[in-house]
Amino acid sequence: MGGYTYNELGAIFAMQGFAGISLFSVLLLMALGLAIIFGQMGVINMAHGEFMAVGAYTTYFLSTLTETYFPGFMPYYFLFAIVLAFFVAGALGYFAEYALIRHLYKRPLDTLLATWGLSLIMQQTFRSVFGAREVSPGLPDWLLGSYQPTEMIDIPLNGMFVLALTGLVTFGVFYLMFKSSWGLHVRATTQNRLMSGAVGINTKKVDRYTFALGCGIAGIAGAAFTTIASTGPTTGTLYIVDTFMVVVFGGAASLLGTIASAFSIAQAQSILEFFISGSMAKVFTLLTLVIILMFKPEGLFASKVRR
Amino acid sequence: MSFAYDKLMGGKNGLTGFIILAILILIVFPLLLDSFRLNLVGKYLTYAFAAVSLVLLWGYGGTLSLGQGIFFGLGGYAMAMFLKLEASSPENTAIQSTPGIPDFMDWNQLTELPWFWEPFSSFTFTLVAILVIPALFAYIIGSAMFKRRVGGVYFAIITQVIAVILTVLIVGQQGFTGGINGITDLRTLNGWDITSDSAKNIFYYVNCFLLLGVIIASRYILTSKFGRLLLAMRDKEDRVRFSGYDVANFKIFIFCFAATISAIGGAMFTLQVGFMSPSFVGIVPSIEMVIFAAVGGRMSLIGAVYGTLLINFGKTAFSESFPELWLFLMGGLFIAVVMFFPNGLAGLWQDYGHYITDRFKSVKNLFVKPASATKATTVENS
Repeated sequence: MGGYTYNELGAIFAMQGFAGISLFSVLLLMALGLAIIFGQMGVINMAHGEFMAVGAYTTYFLSTLTETYFPGFMPYYFLFAIVLAFFVAGALGYFAEYALIRHLYKRPLDTLLATWGLSLIMQQTFRSVFGAREVSPGLPDWLLGSYQPTEMIDIPLNGMFVLALTGLVTFGVFYLMFKSSWGLHVRATTQNRLMSGAVGINTKKVDRYTFALGCGIAGIAGAAFTTIASTGPTTGTLYIVDTFMVVVFGGAASLLGTIASAFSIAQAQSILEFFISGSMAKVFTLLTLVIILMFKPEGLFASKVRR
Repeated sequence: MSFAYDKLMGGKNGLTGFIILAILILIVFPLLLDSFRLNLVGKYLTYAFAAVSLVLLWGYGGTLSLGQGIFFGLGGYAMAMFLKLEASSPENTAIQSTPGIPDFMDWNQLTELPWFWEPFSSFTFTLVAILVIPALFAYIIGSAMFKRRVGGVYFAIITQVIAVILTVLIVGQQGFTGGINGITDLRTLNGWDITSDSAKNIFYYVNCFLLLGVIIASRYILTSKFGRLLLAMRDKEDRVRFSGYDVANFKIFIFCFAATISAIGGAMFTLQVGFMSPSFVGIVPSIEMVIFAAVGGRMSLIGAVYGTLLINFGKTAFSESFPELWLFLMGGLFIAVVMFFPNGLAGLWQDYGHYITDRFKSVKNLFVKPASATKATTVENS
């Protein structure tokens, strides 16, 4: 790391760290949904990335609509887009659970294949509807520009917005899981499905809403993603592996673990990216994770679950 | 003789299926197809190695590897490295700034051959490497995971991540690996031109015989006590463990064996197609190999070959004329196979095949026993 003064190094770390925080936000939003689904049902949703893309495309669609018909509404549309992305992705997830996944709970490996099939179909649908080129929605003015605490540090506003959004969603998920009666049902089902059924919890319904919620959060991740990068039909696949690693590394069914692991993975990746090439940063991060997981397969924070 | 009949062929049904497959790929395809199409079929059949390996690992062993592309790629790259070194002799590469090293290294400002390329100038070493390196790699992954009782979806994800790591590494380290284009422009094998039609035909037959050999070897494993243990582990792992077997070692073995098989396929791929690239290593090819096995029937070695052929024929036919439709079809196939016929084509044949064979038999009976047939009609008339 020769050639940089301490001041510069500090600025680099701050800026790369913040770039890492944008990545962290998207990864965390994706992983939250995946972790809830995986933790509760043991289902690996390979189409999770595509549900994120659904959110992103919904945002794009709404922005085009607003731009054409209600230009005056442009500054505010994004907030609606987030909500809409949540509901569109959530509804699709609800449908996918009903049509596909509920038949396969006993065969987790087969769910993996079926959801991969689903992801192929969704990808092609995106390509047929929105075209193969990457699209990005017109962002409202208040998301552009950056904040400069010192001369050398330059923090983009959209990153801060995404971080705030992530914080809000994470808080919401925590509240839902640990304070609401629905969350109680979910946690009970996770811990012991049979007993939960015996005491009168409709576990099938819980499953379906959990899946829908997970997909909905992926939709929010997609809306947030549009502020950082442009969306293409295969955008989802790019993030799915990283997201899996976040979930597995954090320890399935542990939300705290998911946050910690999303943070460490995103930070490691983006700080390394500055010093070595992007691809090698990815190799190092993933390799380290694989090696750690070989020694500690249950992940960072393993919660005790009876299956 | 009866040993060979029962253990290697799997009894009467197994023998019939095996012979039909052998006739199809050794006689029917070469007679019907021109040299270009035959080469294409040969390429598909190299994927069948990976599909067969997945039947062992996933169908019988119950461990799904989403990283068979890793081993396919390792085998393919080992072969490609040997061929590339031969193709870049100092005479052939005299125009480069450093003659005698592969062209892509020269483009990437490398001035000498990296150390791990050195041994691949020996053909014997390459052949050994194709068989040993993937197995060794699988041993490391397998022993790290199975000894700690990691299995199921975790194993699937970790193998997938390793496939991603390998792809990113190959693409990123352009100077050492040829990057995204892979290792191309391979010409000769020990001085023998591999791009000619006659060479391709010979490789096709070599490939077929290897594939049939692999099927026999796999069948031997499955009919042995080991095969029965494998099934037992898939269905009730704990019970096998409590009976005193070391479950992890059996899993490691089958994983290594599957890796070696896939690597043979990869090496044959390089020989027949003439290049190797990271697009045969990553997530997508690995998961496609799983669907080959799934469509053919995850419990049927021969079914896996048919599944591979069928999907690849379909892919070629569809993506030539309706590229958009193909992904829909492929996605639908994934879902349909998993939801409606989890045992694939082989399962369908088992469930409904007797309708066809029965008809054959009744036709045969008509000729063989005319007496009984006439008797039946007379009874009906009376």
